[in-house]
This record gives sequence, structure tokens and C-alpha cells, in this order.
Amino acid sequence: MPTIVVDVMPKAELLDPQGKATTGALARLGHGKFENVRIGKRFELTVEGPVTDEIKAEVRELAEQVLSNSVIEDVVAIDFGDSAANGEAGA
Amino acid sequence: MARIGVVTFPGSLDDRDAHRAIRLVGAEPVALWHGDHDLQGVDAIVLPGGFSYGDYLRAGAIAAVAPIMTEVVDAANKGLPVLGICNGFQVLVEAHLLPGGLIRNAHQQFIRRDQRLVVENASTAWTNQFEQGEEIVIPLKNADGGFIADTETLKRLEGEGQVAFRYRGVNPNGSLDDIAGLTNARGNVVGLMPHPEHAVEPGFGPNTAEAMRSGTDGLRFFTSVLESLTARV
Repeated sequence: MPTIVVDVMPKAELLDPQGKATTGALARLGHGKFENVRIGKRFELTVEGPVTDEIKAEVRELAEQVLSNSVIEDVVAIDFGDSAANGEAGA
Repeated sequence: MARIGVVTFPGSLDDRDAHRAIRLVGAEPVALWHGDHDLQGVDAIVLPGGFSYGDYLRAGAIAAVAPIMTEVVDAANKGLPVLGICNGFQVLVEAHLLPGGLIRNAHQQFIRRDQRLVVENASTAWTNQFEQGEEIVIPLKNADGGFIADTETLKRLEGEGQVAFRYRGVNPNGSLDDIAGLTNARGNVVGLMPHPEHAVEPGFGPNTAEAMRSGTDGLRFFTSVLESLTARV
């Protein structure tokens, strides 16, 4: 069954408190060369049957309207699993 | 007698406290259920605090698309007074009844404190019994209370008097412009992170200079809405 992957990240200009805390923890472990960690979300949507253009359009809308909040997050990638590439960039 | 609905979502915590606050000002609390499509003819609505749907997806995001929210959004757009407290504020933002967004506190911690606030807009349905610029103390308890919006939205909110409350003394969560609460342009929808329903009864409120747990500043949110309902009739 096809799985569609949607990646959502907090907007780059916003403070990402989880990422900041993790950056601090890495530094304490001696990995201070990683100057910045940012944490986002990955959604995996499983669907019956082929991923049609209609389903792609539906997923793009859901990604923008439900899975993310455009005030605080960006949809950075949607992978429909139909190409060797890493999918397409988000809107 | 005014009837004020309180919506209970799975994971709401402070719905009963809101009922109690409503009863204390002489109105009738009406329990509304997230899964219904019926506002039971109430005169105003409170979206209470808590962790609806476990804060899954984003705080307030799943509650914002609960069945009853269709009716809440519709009624709010027609002028029905709606107050969102804490998680209720997050729901109002996710439902686009108020602008901006609420993110994890900048310090990453859950925080609970008796919070000083400045009333920045004393002409809304839920704040008309305060003085403009008055300082009040309301308990605050949240993990996702950092208010953010883009520069343009912030400028508009500030310019049009839509900042209803601002933190004073301590900004407990990194909110931009120290914003603690907002109202919509019409003044019928108000949302804030602190909990007025926890400051309604001597002995159970925040500490004040006069006595421990004596703060009752939260009562006036509820007397305000009664006043606005009377004025409208």
C-alpha cells in the first residue's frame, strides 16, 4: 500500500525550543560542532490503491490546512513515493 | 438568567472550574459536548483549559476541527461572546477566530505562577468591567503559551487594539510583545493563556498583597459578559 510522507518544520525564523535544548545536550556530549539542531514532524499517510493526481492534490491541501499551521510551520517536503528523488518541495 | 455554555473536549481539565465561575456570578452554566452540533441556545461560550486530545498534532489543533466547532465558529462570527482560556485560546487560534500562533514556551518548561497582567482593551465582551490599563493578577499554567505572529500581524493587532492583555513583570513564555491575550476586531471573541476561572473565590485564588489566595480578579471576565449581554438586549 502506498505511503505518502509529509515533512513539516517550524519556521526558520522562529525559536525552536526543542531544537535549542537538543543543541545544548549535543554540546555537553562533546558534539559542539553541530551548531544547530531543529526538530520537525514527519507524517506517513497510507492510502489504498494508486496515488492519483486527485489524491496528491488532497494531500497537498491537508498538509497546508491540517498537518501544519502556516503561522508557525512550513511544509518542507511531500514524498508521494512515486519517484527515486526525495519528493517535491512543499508549497 | 443568562446561560453560558462550556465546551468539554476529551482532555479538557478546567471545564468544571469554568462552570463554577459562571455560577458564582449568577448565571447558568450549560455543559456542551465536543461531539455535538448543538449550542443549546446559550448566550455565550467558554472554551476551557486543559489538554484537548493530549495536545496531539498541535495544541488545540484537533479540538479546532471537532464537530461543535462548526457551530462555535459560526456563532462567534455572528457576534456571540466566546472566551478561550489557555487550551481554549489555542483552539481559537487554530480555528482562525484569533490570529497568530501559540508555541512551546521559550524556556521549554511547564510553568505555573500567579501572573500580573495589564488590561490593554477594556471594551470587549469579556473585559468591560475592568479599567483600561488596570493591573490584575490571574493564575497561569501552561507549556505552550508562547504567542507568535508575523511582524505585519503584530503591527495590526497593536494598532487596532486587539491586544487584550499583556504580561507585566515577568514574560512567562517568550510571547512576542508580552502578549497574554487577544480579542477579535469585533470584541466578542477573547482568548488568553492565564486562567480567570481560577481567580473567582476568596481562599482559592492567587495570592495578593492583602492576603494569601484572596485574588478574585477573574470574576470580572464573567460579570463583563453578563453586562455585554444585558447591554445588547
